[in-house]
Amino acid sequence: MDLMSLTAVELGRKIKAKEVTVEEAVLAAFEQIESKESELNCYVTITKEAALSKAKEIQEKIDNGTLNGPLAGVPVAVKDNMCTTGVLTTCSSKILENFVPTFTAEAVLNLEKAGAVILGKTNMDEFAMGSTTETSHYGATKNPWNTKHVPGGSSGGSAAAVAANECSFALGSDTGGSIRQPSSYCGVTGMKPTYGTVSRYGLIAYGSSLDQIGPIAKDVTDCATILEAIASYDPKDSTSIKRDDYDFTSALVDDVKGMRIGIPKDYMIEGLSPEVKEAIMNAAHLLEQKGAVVEEFDLSLVQYAIPAYYVIACAEASSNLARFDGVKYGYRTPEYNELHEMYKRTRSEGFGPEVKRRIMLGSFVLSSGYYDAYYLKALRTKALIKQAFDKAFEKYDVILGPVAPTTAPEIGSSLSDPIKMYLGDIYTISVNLAGLPGISVPGGFDSNGLPIGVQMIGNCFEEKKIIRAAYAFEQSMNAAGKN
Amino acid sequence: MKEYETVIGLEVHVELATKTKIFCGCSTAFGGAPNTHTCPVCTGMPGSLPVLNKQVVEYAMAVGLATNCEITRNCKFDRKNYFYPDNPQNYQISQLYYPICRDGHVDIEVNGTKKSIGIHEIHMEEDAGKLIHDEWEDCSLVDFNRSGVPLIEIVSEPDMRSAEEVIAYLEKLRMTIQYLGASDCKMQEGSMRADVNISVREAGAAQFGTRTEMKNLNSFKSIARAIEGEKNRQIELIESGKKVVQETRRWDDAKETSYAMRSKEDAQDYRYFPEPDLVPVVISDEWIEKIRSRQPEFREEKMARYKEEFGLPDYDAEIITGTKKLADIFEAATAICGKPKKVSNWLMVETMRILKEKEMDPEDITFSPENLAKLVNLADAGTINSTAAKEVFEAVFNDNVDPDKYVEEHGMKQVNDEGALREAIEQVIASNPQSVEDYRNGKEKAIGFLVGQTMKVMKGKANPAMVNQILKELL
Repeated sequence: MDLMSLTAVELGRKIKAKEVTVEEAVLAAFEQIESKESELNCYVTITKEAALSKAKEIQEKIDNGTLNGPLAGVPVAVKDNMCTTGVLTTCSSKILENFVPTFTAEAVLNLEKAGAVILGKTNMDEFAMGSTTETSHYGATKNPWNTKHVPGGSSGGSAAAVAANECSFALGSDTGGSIRQPSSYCGVTGMKPTYGTVSRYGLIAYGSSLDQIGPIAKDVTDCATILEAIASYDPKDSTSIKRDDYDFTSALVDDVKGMRIGIPKDYMIEGLSPEVKEAIMNAAHLLEQKGAVVEEFDLSLVQYAIPAYYVIACAEASSNLARFDGVKYGYRTPEYNELHEMYKRTRSEGFGPEVKRRIMLGSFVLSSGYYDAYYLKALRTKALIKQAFDKAFEKYDVILGPVAPTTAPEIGSSLSDPIKMYLGDIYTISVNLAGLPGISVPGGFDSNGLPIGVQMIGNCFEEKKIIRAAYAFEQSMNAAGKN
Repeated sequence: MKEYETVIGLEVHVELATKTKIFCGCSTAFGGAPNTHTCPVCTGMPGSLPVLNKQVVEYAMAVGLATNCEITRNCKFDRKNYFYPDNPQNYQISQLYYPICRDGHVDIEVNGTKKSIGIHEIHMEEDAGKLIHDEWEDCSLVDFNRSGVPLIEIVSEPDMRSAEEVIAYLEKLRMTIQYLGASDCKMQEGSMRADVNISVREAGAAQFGTRTEMKNLNSFKSIARAIEGEKNRQIELIESGKKVVQETRRWDDAKETSYAMRSKEDAQDYRYFPEPDLVPVVISDEWIEKIRSRQPEFREEKMARYKEEFGLPDYDAEIITGTKKLADIFEAATAICGKPKKVSNWLMVETMRILKEKEMDPEDITFSPENLAKLVNLADAGTINSTAAKEVFEAVFNDNVDPDKYVEEHGMKQVNDEGALREAIEQVIASNPQSVEDYRNGKEKAIGFLVGQTMKVMKGKANPAMVNQILKELL
């Protein structure tokens, strides 16, 4: 039996039924990591010893009945921008090459409480800035479907690790599509919850008002189950929201009868690959067959989302990343004569080009004389985009669309043209600007055999609706043998 | 020379008296070993997030209400970005766009003239850490114990015209804030700091002159000196046909001079923007009313009450209400012994004398009102004489001793036993024939010497009235 091809929930069930021990599951994961890692580079840090000793501890708790949740004993990979006590946390940057946190991110703590066993920390675009996982200081991650292609980003290591069975599931973070887009490129299921659902405490911030942690998994059932484990109200995060309920798995029903689904016409624009468009239309068709009502509508403002996003995210990033200065932790340049030279050299040597570009862009839009023209205007645009979605959700339960205009590009083809790379975020970033939940579900393959993701977007706090729609769609795809 | 008018506005930073920091649960206590009152939040660790201390908002609101400000119902925090090693995140969480209080005023009085000084705004922010320069090792160390200690910054309008008005304004703020218990406002220790913005213009001119900002002012005296110095410097520049440059200057109190720190041209761009890690603070009518109802009795009300309730003279009431600490001691001690004027006398005379001698502020007083009340009772009952009482008071002031025990242990009880006194006096008369002779010849003063000698024999414990009486009788 190949334990690593099971979903997280299936594996958890076998562990609970004593068909598989936690140690067997963890060893199976490391066996897969050892055979694939040199080719794919999904991980920055692998914590085998800690995982094996944790496995024993978890097994005891399962045996004595103190742990009985669906994720107990299931091996997980964590994106390297979430703090883990005593374990290197680099954000895939040189500037944090030696940074070992003294506390663990709340979302990771929640997973530990659920009994999941952490295998290691996954590769990402440096400080989550990028769409390809090529900006990592620790080398690019490869797409398991075709190693000439990128896995997407910024949570590329997490998505590739799930796709390559190098873990049962993973945590990612999504500021402008960083969970959904790599999930789409790697043929796995990834979900960004409503802003405030999962605590950001311990998540090393990129764009604080947009960042959200979420699951990357093998199917919709896993996603809902993981979200149930990691979501919590956390008083340590002032933007954390006390939700009425944290039940997501009850939405896993194959029933979309009467569900109103809207497809923004604005999404069907130039640059959208015909194969991706066909996959979306196929999804619409399958949902219609199950009784959903699908229609096209004008979302408007779509084209303004990209500039608004890059202004806001970079502004916040320029401030969030100021603390990496060589004074307290992380990399410090070996040679300097005085303070300002130390700052300059540390940051010049410690950050990669994409991070520097965004820090400069963010500093510029906040500088005096430009604040109103750029930052304030971007905030107003953000508010208008939220209004446009509010209006749409008066009519529709779920918005259906692509995750990305194309399937995964080849390695090396994106970074030379950052504007083009930014434009690829068009379908994901407005969801972050509006704080909405979104899910990427596998929707078939292109002619080159690369996965295509389908995105479903819900209104704030309506994860259940997108889980239900995604689950029904997934069942149809499975029945048709297309996934 | 033309006549000039000085225009002054103040930025006053006050460290709030909360037990914990503004955005984390760390202690604000002074004097801990370096970096012991710290956590991931106040050391700017990656992944940490701020959570607002509600007490900070309540203190800021209380100060705002006491200074007649409008409270901002939806107030927000902003980030002020600048690089410096004492600032762990390299941004300070402060308020620029929606400060908690706006448009207030306080009333001051200088030489009998009343004046209202406008308050532009009051905002909340976090303090920075402290750099310690190790000259020996040629390196700098950072102590983050103060990082995240809550501050409010009170920004006045440019309404002051003299150093006297500035001091009166600062006194008024200090008193108000102390009465609120929001801060101890000790300038020397840095819990109250003032930056002075100053410009001069020809008397009667409609426009303000170019201003400079003076920093590093650690006492009211240095503020007064700095204003005088800067006013003269600016007038001299103008008189000699030069221009005042808008700049920040640092006052050197030892040299009584200032030097330019940075000009407007190299002023930093702080790139303020709304703090995304905190949500807006929504302040309801109910919350404001709750704070308003908790406002204490301020100085003017207290002065009136002391005169009315305790029959204190104006002079006493003014001195005692001059600091909250003295007023608190006065009220507590009076409540115990029921002798307001006597308590007042101890505070106004002996307490003030020792404070001055030791260069201490009333806030530094450590003795308890209970012990002062006991002392008042001992002196009032004649258990100790006034000389002994002063000695006991010193011990109370210095070590907060229990006067009953102290008097007992040091055998200081006044001797009222007539037999013992008579015996001592007879001895003194016998051994000082010259003085006795002088007195009998009409030199009234000689009796003083004999009283002194008797006190000496009685080791200072004799009842002076009885000594006088018996002496006269025996002579």
